[in-house]
Amino acid sequence: MPNFIMSYLGIKDAVTPGAAGSQFWALIYVFIIFAGVSVAVMAMNWLERKALAHFQIRLGPMRVGPHGLLQPIADAIKLMLKEDIIPAEADQFVFWVAPLIGLLAAFTVYTVIPFGPSQAVSDMNIGILFMLGVSSLGVLGIVVAGWASNSHYPLIGALRSSAQMVSYEVAMGLAVVSAILMTSLNTAGTGTLSMIGIVQAQQQQGVWFIFKFFPLGLIAFGIFAIAMIAETNRAPFDMAEAESELTAGYHTEYSGLRWSLFMLAEYAAMIAVSSIAVALWLGGWMRPFPNLLNAPAWDFIFSLFPALTFFGLAAIAIIGVVRMPAHSFFKIQRIGLAAFAAVLGFIALLLLVIAVAGRSADGSVAARFREGIDYVYWFVFKVAVFMYLFIWYRATWPRYRFDQLMKIGWKVMLPISLVVLIATAIVGVLVS
Amino acid sequence: MNDSTHDASNRGLSNLDLETPEKPYLDSNELIINMGPQHPATHGVLRVILKLDGEKVLGTECVIGYLHRGVEKIAENRTYTMFNPYVDRMDYVAAVSNGLGYCEAVEKLMNVEAPARAKYIRVILTELNRIASHQLWLGTHALDIGAMTPLFYTFRDREEILKIFERYCGARLTTHAFRIGGCQYETYAGFEKDVKNFLTFVAPKIDEYEELLTTNRIWIERTRNVGVISAADAISLGVTGPVLRASGVKWDLRKAQPYAAYSEFNFDIPTGTNGDTYDRYLVRMAEMRQSLRIIEQAVNGIPEGPIMAKVPKIIKPPVGEIYHSIEAPKGELGYFIVSDGSTQPYRLRVRPPSFVNLQALDTMVRGLLVADVVAVIGTIDIVLGEVDR
Repeated sequence: MPNFIMSYLGIKDAVTPGAAGSQFWALIYVFIIFAGVSVAVMAMNWLERKALAHFQIRLGPMRVGPHGLLQPIADAIKLMLKEDIIPAEADQFVFWVAPLIGLLAAFTVYTVIPFGPSQAVSDMNIGILFMLGVSSLGVLGIVVAGWASNSHYPLIGALRSSAQMVSYEVAMGLAVVSAILMTSLNTAGTGTLSMIGIVQAQQQQGVWFIFKFFPLGLIAFGIFAIAMIAETNRAPFDMAEAESELTAGYHTEYSGLRWSLFMLAEYAAMIAVSSIAVALWLGGWMRPFPNLLNAPAWDFIFSLFPALTFFGLAAIAIIGVVRMPAHSFFKIQRIGLAAFAAVLGFIALLLLVIAVAGRSADGSVAARFREGIDYVYWFVFKVAVFMYLFIWYRATWPRYRFDQLMKIGWKVMLPISLVVLIATAIVGVLVS
Repeated sequence: MNDSTHDASNRGLSNLDLETPEKPYLDSNELIINMGPQHPATHGVLRVILKLDGEKVLGTECVIGYLHRGVEKIAENRTYTMFNPYVDRMDYVAAVSNGLGYCEAVEKLMNVEAPARAKYIRVILTELNRIASHQLWLGTHALDIGAMTPLFYTFRDREEILKIFERYCGARLTTHAFRIGGCQYETYAGFEKDVKNFLTFVAPKIDEYEELLTTNRIWIERTRNVGVISAADAISLGVTGPVLRASGVKWDLRKAQPYAAYSEFNFDIPTGTNGDTYDRYLVRMAEMRQSLRIIEQAVNGIPEGPIMAKVPKIIKPPVGEIYHSIEAPKGELGYFIVSDGSTQPYRLRVRPPSFVNLQALDTMVRGLLVADVVAVIGTIDIVLGEVDR
């Protein structure tokens, strides 16, 4: 094996490939994350349609694959095969480049998302700053798309969107700062902007920042949770693409692959901001109650969760197989779903074996592998909860009007976040 | 052909004081956008030309006629009986009401009265249709404002009404339920049970809709003080129905000039106070409950007897003219029929509630935002089939 592959594996301390200077492994991580996020977006697409349908007493996709499982793939193929239309009046180059800007911004953020203490591409010391900066570049793609379309509805959509994103970024930023302030509550009094550092600060202080200085952490988290919905243009703040008003907002003139890039960027951005929320307030990769239930037995029980999750999914799939009508028309679907259940079950077994083999925290390869899986699992689990909330909001709430949205942003959220920031600073000084 | 009279866009823009040579397009600060006729929130093929300052609406111009079928002209070439099914195609979500208005108008012209049992059947079906119409309105209105879910709930429950219609007369939407002089069909076995089951089924469902919206903060913010129309304005514009009642005018033809069997039932006329979108929402929700009350009384007190009055096979009303109006779900639905004594109307004119109510759109949306235009179009509750006829 060449040295540039083995060198990173030989490092005993848990560091990211970026920190270890291993460009090869950084690239591998980038590929894994890119593929993972793309798959997650597809899964999210299916889940959203399915969950939304069940909220609305419908079935959702049922035809392509068992329970519509292959629907996202079919959609992707359809979108790729569609005619690539650039309106004659549009600014050709800008029209072409706009979705790429959005996509780039959404995906670049993932370089610093800490799936675990070493499970990230890089650990920048300005991590959170980088994240906020890059993710707000996404608005550029939207503005440019609206402008380049040279059409009224996209233009209004783009204007709405940019105004909205810019105003919510302020409250969002202040909420983030109050979380960053909390990281400095150690003996040395040194805070950090590094994403991994922020999670580790929660680990050292033995509390998720959402519960720190109750209710200050909770309020800051709440502000961020609201602002991130506005930031990603999701219901009830989705006026940029308000279908009933602006047909489709800034991407009215887009179709086919370009349109799907916008969707990909939107969903990737949703996952990204949820990841920020998880890292800053919900303990990142930490399992629940790491300080209360800290016996090795508890460690083992919690490390079984990944396997149990996949067993649960496999069980749901098996129930689907059993409930499938006996008619021969469903034969292929039944086989397909059974195969899917088998794959899920196999993954579950694999995870179970790893969890059992690596149950002692002795630094063996199995133990390190088990830890890595636990970190990623808990991080993804928390993000998934947010994803579900995004769907739930969409099913429940009407849409805010544009001026109301701005009013909430500037007159409600901004003052509250300022007060929380100052209060956090004061309480922090008093405590330390 | 003179282009200027037939080009709808020219007609619309002239009123809005648009680009003139002295005011070149690029220098103007106002934005003209076309909402419709293909637009998800215009409930069919309504075209609204909006003059915007940023997002603020400076003026609107409705361009209608995309669904014009010349229903009134068709009437002149059909016998009274043959024309009956055509009226179902005007307000196709409340076809039963249309049929009731037409049949009663012709009956009045012929001086015939439907038997008591027929009147009761008419009331039950019309009120069921009112609930169906309001349910459809609620679903689409909520969807326009961004709440997706109520639409599916209302459609689920509306289905039960359509099932009753289908069992009664074989059609779900364009029912052609009534005939001149009464009803063609006797109720099917189990009709009363079905209706009673529906009453117990739908009452909690209406609570369910209200749970989703009535106290919903966003819903209130989006609808309260939006599209306000004062009682005086509403009356002078000829607005009727829930839109008028939400402005505080207690005017309901079922009480004001009772037709069918309405004088025999107890029910209230819900009214609003502010005349805004939220009040119109509340009024319609309350109307659904009142309809349930009427149906309950009607189905419990339905008399036995014939369902058809003595009407000649060939309907030939005496020379004369008649105006008869009923309270359709959307407002006053009137039929003006001029008879020359032949088998066909000499002239038939429909006073559609949607068309008249739509004229209030401009008054209601001036100074509001684009998002409110959508909410107001939804709250007026128009059906383009009826607007254009």
